[in-house]
Order: sequence, then C-alpha cells, then structure tokens
Amino acid sequence: MIAEIGLAALWLAAALAVLQMVSGAFALRSAEGEANPLAIYARPAAVVQAFLAVLAFLLLLYAFAITDLSIKLVASNSHSMKPLLYKLTGTWGNHEGSMLLWVGVLAASGGLLAAFEKRLPERTMGATLAIQGFVALGFYAFLLLSSNPFERLPVPAAEGTGLNPLLQDIGLAIHPPTLYAGYVGLSVAFSLAMGALLTREVNPAFARVMRPWVLGAWVLLTLGITAGSYWAYYELGWGGWWFWDPVENASLMPWLAATALMHSVSVLAARDALRTWTIMLGVLAFSMSMLGTFLVRSGVLTSVHAFAVDPERGAFILGLLGLYIGGAFTIFALRAGAVAEGKRFAAMSREGALVFNNVMLSAILAIVLLGTLYPLLTEAFDVRVSVGPPYFNPASAIFAIPMLLVMAVGPLLRWKSDKPARLQFELALIAALVIGTIALVSFFGQFPLLPLLGLGLAAALAVAALLPLRGRNVMRMPLSTWGMVIAHFGVAVSLFGMACEGAFSQERLAAVAPGGTEQVGDFAVTLESVTPVAGPNWTAIEARLAVSRDGGETVILNPQARSFWSPPQATSESALLTRWDGQLYAVIGNQAEDGRWQIRVWWKPFVTFIWYGGLLIGLGGILAIAGRVQVDVRRRKATAMGDQRRADIEALGAATPLPAE
Amino acid sequence: MRSLYLWVPLALFAFFAGLAGYMLTQEKDQFVESTMIGQPLPAFALEPAFAGLPGASTADFTGGRPRLLNIWASWCLPCIAEAPQLEALKAQGAEIIGIAIRDRPEDVANFLGRHGNPYARIGSDPISEVQLAIGSSGVPETFVIDAKGVIRYQHIGDIRESDVPKLLAELEKAK
Repeated sequence: MIAEIGLAALWLAAALAVLQMVSGAFALRSAEGEANPLAIYARPAAVVQAFLAVLAFLLLLYAFAITDLSIKLVASNSHSMKPLLYKLTGTWGNHEGSMLLWVGVLAASGGLLAAFEKRLPERTMGATLAIQGFVALGFYAFLLLSSNPFERLPVPAAEGTGLNPLLQDIGLAIHPPTLYAGYVGLSVAFSLAMGALLTREVNPAFARVMRPWVLGAWVLLTLGITAGSYWAYYELGWGGWWFWDPVENASLMPWLAATALMHSVSVLAARDALRTWTIMLGVLAFSMSMLGTFLVRSGVLTSVHAFAVDPERGAFILGLLGLYIGGAFTIFALRAGAVAEGKRFAAMSREGALVFNNVMLSAILAIVLLGTLYPLLTEAFDVRVSVGPPYFNPASAIFAIPMLLVMAVGPLLRWKSDKPARLQFELALIAALVIGTIALVSFFGQFPLLPLLGLGLAAALAVAALLPLRGRNVMRMPLSTWGMVIAHFGVAVSLFGMACEGAFSQERLAAVAPGGTEQVGDFAVTLESVTPVAGPNWTAIEARLAVSRDGGETVILNPQARSFWSPPQATSESALLTRWDGQLYAVIGNQAEDGRWQIRVWWKPFVTFIWYGGLLIGLGGILAIAGRVQVDVRRRKATAMGDQRRADIEALGAATPLPAE
Repeated sequence: MRSLYLWVPLALFAFFAGLAGYMLTQEKDQFVESTMIGQPLPAFALEPAFAGLPGASTADFTGGRPRLLNIWASWCLPCIAEAPQLEALKAQGAEIIGIAIRDRPEDVANFLGRHGNPYARIGSDPISEVQLAIGSSGVPETFVIDAKGVIRYQHIGDIRESDVPKLLAELEKAK
C-alpha cells in the first residue's frame, strides 16, 4: 500500500501544480485593486501540494527503513543487512530517490512562499506562484513518466543488491539534502524574478522579499559544498579537498551565481540600483542548479572514462531545461528592456565595488562553466579531453585575485560615491599586509606562486574584513553587518587554509614493516601492527599507527582498507589526527610481496581552516538572515502598535473629545 | 542597442542546448581506436619526466619481452583510479613504461609519491606529440607492445580490476 499511496500523492501534487499555475496566471488578469476570483486558489494549491510531495518522500523513506523489497528502487539500492541510518540515507543515494527529494524540497519551498509571504502585490505573487507551479509540474512529469520511484517488482526480490559502499557514510546523510535544499531554494528566487519581470515590479520591496530566499539558499549551498569537500577529503583517501570534477563544479556554479545574486539583491533593496542585473542573476542562479542536475543526471558529460548513460532521461531533463531556461531568457530579452533603469552611482562607491565583484564572480562562473562543458564541445568533434586543475586553478585565479582585493576594500566604501583619499590608511594597510606576508613567506623558502598570493591575500582580507568594525559601537551594530564581517572573515580563513595546504603540505609514502618508523614533518609514525577487523557489512585490514609529535605523547591512528561484500567493493578509510595547526592524514595501502605495508601519510598544516572558513561563511549568512528577520518583525510590531493606537484613539474619540496633547 | 545585449544569454543557452541535444543523440560508446594497431611503434626518444626514472624511447620496447605502454598524466583523475591496477599488473610481472602527457616534473614526482610508482621508465611528452603518433586520444590509455616493438593491443580509459586479467592475457599472446 505504501508505494501506491506515495504514487497517488505524487499524481495529486502534479494536478495541484496545474491548478496553482492556472490560478496564479489569472492573478495577472486582475482588475486594478480587485483580485480575480479565480486567483484565490494559487496559494492553497501550493501549500497542499507541498504537503503531498513531502508525504511522498516520507513514504519512500519508510519503504527504505523497512526494506520493502517489492519496490524496485529499494531492491536495487538497499539491503536488509545495512545499518538503519544508511538504509535511510540510501533513499536519496540513487537517481529516483534523489529526484523525489529534489521535487519534495521544490514543493516545500513553494508552499512556504505561498503560506507566509504577504508583502508582495497580489499580481506579482500570482505570477510568481504560477511560475513556481510550472517549474514543479515539469519535475513531477519527469518523476512520474520516466523515473517512478515507487515502481513495484512483479515478484518481490529475496534480497536487495546493496548500496555503493563509498556512499555508506555520514557525509551522505548531510551533504546531498543540504545541497538540494540550496539548489531548489534558488527556484523561489527564479520564480520571484520572473514574477517581478512579468508584472514590471522590479523594485526594492521585491528585493526585500527575495533576499531571505537567496540568503537561505546560499547558506545551504555554502554548507553543502563545505561538507561535500570534507567528505571527499576523508572518504576518497586521496588527500585532496577539491578535484574540479564535473559533479563538484555542478554545485560550485550555482553557488557562484547565488553569491553574486545575494550581493546584487542587497544593492537593489538598499539603493534601488542594479535592477536588470538582479533579475538576470536570479534566472542564472537557478539555471545553474538545473544545469548541474542535468549534467550529473544525464551522463552527457561522461568523458572517456565514466559510468553508464541514460540518454532518455537526459533528453527529458534537457527538454525541461530548454523550456525553463530558454523560456526565462526569452522573457528576459523581451521584457528587461522595459525595466526602468535603477539609481545611478559612481564607479568609486560601494555599489561600484559590488558590481565589480559581481562581474568577477560571473567571470569565474564562466571559466568553470567553460571548463566543465569544454569536453562536451570537443567530443562533438570526436576529440576527447580531460580538463583539470592546470586550467581551472590559474584561469579562476585571474579573476579571484582582483575580486579578493576589491572585497577587502568594498565594505569600507560609502554608498553612491566616495574618494580614495578618505581611505588612505586602510588602503595602505591592505597593500602592506599583502606585500609583507608574501615577502615574509618567500624569505623562508621557495613556494608555488598561487599559494603564496593566497597567503598574502588571506592576511590582508582577514584584517580588512574586521575594519568595518572600527569606530563603531560594536554592541549596537545590526546583525546583518555582523553577518557580512564574519562571512568575509570566513573567506580569509578558508583562503588561508587552501594556501597553507598548497604551500606547506608534507607527504611520505613508504613500505613499512611492522615495527618500522617513518618521519613526516614533526611526526614520527610507527606501524605497530596490521590486523583484520569486521564491521556490520564489511571486513577490513586495520593498521595501528603510533604517532608522536616531537617525541611527545603517543596517539594511535587506525586507517583501514575495507572490503564491502554487498556489492563487493574496496574502499580506503583514512585516519585523521586533528591538531589546532593542521591534520595528519594516514592511509594504508597494499601489502608488498616481502610482507611490508604501504603507508601513506600527509601532514597538512591548517588544512582544517578551509572548512572552518566555510562554516564561518555559512554562519555569516545565518546572521544576515536573522538580522533581516529581526528588522522585519520589529517593523511589523511597530506597524501593529501604530494601528492599535489609531484604533484606540478612534474609539476614544467617538466617546469623548481628545484632550490637547 | 541595449535590447540586443539582452538576447545574449538566450543565444548562449541555445548554443549549449543544441550541443547537448546533439551529444545526447550520439552513440556514446565510440572510443577512438588507434589505427596504429599491428604497426611498429613510431620512433621517439623522450626526456625523463622527472629525475627519479630514465626517459623512454622506441629502443626500450625492443628485445626480450612484451611490455605495457601507459599514457597518463598527474593531472588526470582516472589515472589515480587506475594506479592500484598498474601496481597489480607490475606485481604479476608486467613491465610498464609510462609516457606523461603535458606534465611537470614536480607534479609527476608528487603523483608517484602519492599513488605509487609501477613504472620502469617514464618519458615526458609535453605537447602530446608521441601520444598522437601512437594514436591515443586521451588519458589514460594503455598499449601492449610486443617484443619486436609492434603495437598489439589498445586499452582505452582507466584499467579496472576486471581489466587486469585481459591485459595479462594480451601480454602473454604478444610473446
């Protein structure tokens, strides 16, 4: 029954999406000051649709929890012997389940928007909900017609076929849902942008409605990417934290667009400038989310060496992309010319800095997009290439370096127009920090150029990020300003981690006999023993490494080489020793013929700062949301109190004449 | 004039959609096979890819026994995935000569430090000259060269665990 209820819920939700779309479109035909009678269904349709889609997802979750092997998806992706946590996370560790999660989040955010957003004019709101329903409808169609997660098997399977062991990890429990929520949160920004464009209501009020959605989606993307990077770092056992893999790029591109959008929407809210640009980025951000889904899900970007392809599903998503992105850009091209130009500003102003960095972010986005799609282009001419870090690192650095410099200065500038002379001290300080750090580090040794520049920029940015606090009453500063300071500081922290990892990492690969000792940096690593161990659905050989820093206290690390039996696959479980100034990363490899074991150990100074920085950036975003909500609640309270007072006065005035104040 | 710019995003997207649509309709499994199979190795002499091992030349493939020629690069992700399989091949007696494509000595040394060194020699091919001459169009690729220096078999893509017996059998056949 569970599968049938789930399927029915999905069909009903799809039907409601049609209602939401049609009813929302009628709002556009409302007469002045009076709502069209057919327009009132859009909001309730969106809310009920959200409940149904979430219900469908919960039912699938339940089917995985009890390992219902009559459902094809469960039988082919789960196993009764799997730990419960990984049964649950297995729900979205496959194509159909992850698409259902995507649709569930899409409907839920549409429902939230419909239920709680009362500030927009009804026409704009109707258009927005219509677009949101239209987008949801396409993905329902995709699920129901080509990727039904609830499909039954004619005969229930005796046992499931398991789950990729790489995915049996707590990282999977957090990382994809976070990213998906972020991707899909951008759908609301997309719908709002289209709604505002259709009704020509591109103004600060619209920007204030859009901002929390963009911020929320951006925070989730930031945390999702941070978690994903850490997951790849310790789970793949390769010691790297970013590989410029198409799947990683698919999450980075929406983040870049959302970062630009978040800044541009703030300018629109505060200064009524950058109207067309904000709309453009709103469309672009969600387009990148969908494009990422397409690239990951269709297999069109499998280069020479990858998985099986499903061209039919790929064609379906491409059709949806054409409809939504193509449609949005067409409307943009037709309508954006009619959007009145926003307020003007001088190049030397805070808006100017924001615009510059938005252009830099877009340029990095273009670099990543080009690098990701380039193999697709050359394959069309039968040339197969693999684009890697030698392209991505320097090409994105060309734009990232000026961006980081402007980012240090930008928050210190005044709105509208400013003079460099006013900031002589700050500019000199930033320049001195960049040059001083690079000179200092170069004095101690030869390091590659990019990490060196990174160190200089990180130092300058860390200080510059705190400069806006200077001369202000720290206790009375708005939360959203704190958000900016912390997020910018987080960028500096993260950059510092990346640069240190690039410049100062030490590694040692050695064949070690039990009892043998290797030296990595300050650490003496002794292989004490190698023993077999067993887990719930795997066996492993586990090394016992005694690690001592400068002859100090000994700590035991246990890296494993695991073999899962269902499906059979080997993984390498790294062991990490975290210290405040870095991480020791140990992996055990194969046994050589003479009985020695391959041991790979890295000392990565300050590598953890990459993810601490990511968390700080996310925290900054959360503070910014909290600040906006706080202001909003205060304003609503003040309005309510004003109304109350006026009502009281009126009531009093009816009884007795008011005394002179 | 401004309104023309507004069409740029749509035009770019249309180009992408057309390209992706075209690629989706293409038969996916069309590896570019070398036309050099059955022919002798082209003449080359490559500098060492890093200080630790000698470079590679055509002469290294003649005499005695069949060998594997592995085209790889330190910047290539699938090459990391195939590193353990190359080790396995070496452990079973295969002699592997590498050609590092568009690489730098420090990166090569780094890669071998991280992922193990199954190679007897590694030549550096900074402009893919030898790669193209052999008829390889991507990294990684692996060729079986017989004792007379004739190319006998081409494996495209990373070597999976299941490919190891096949390659050993091809080496045996080339004897």
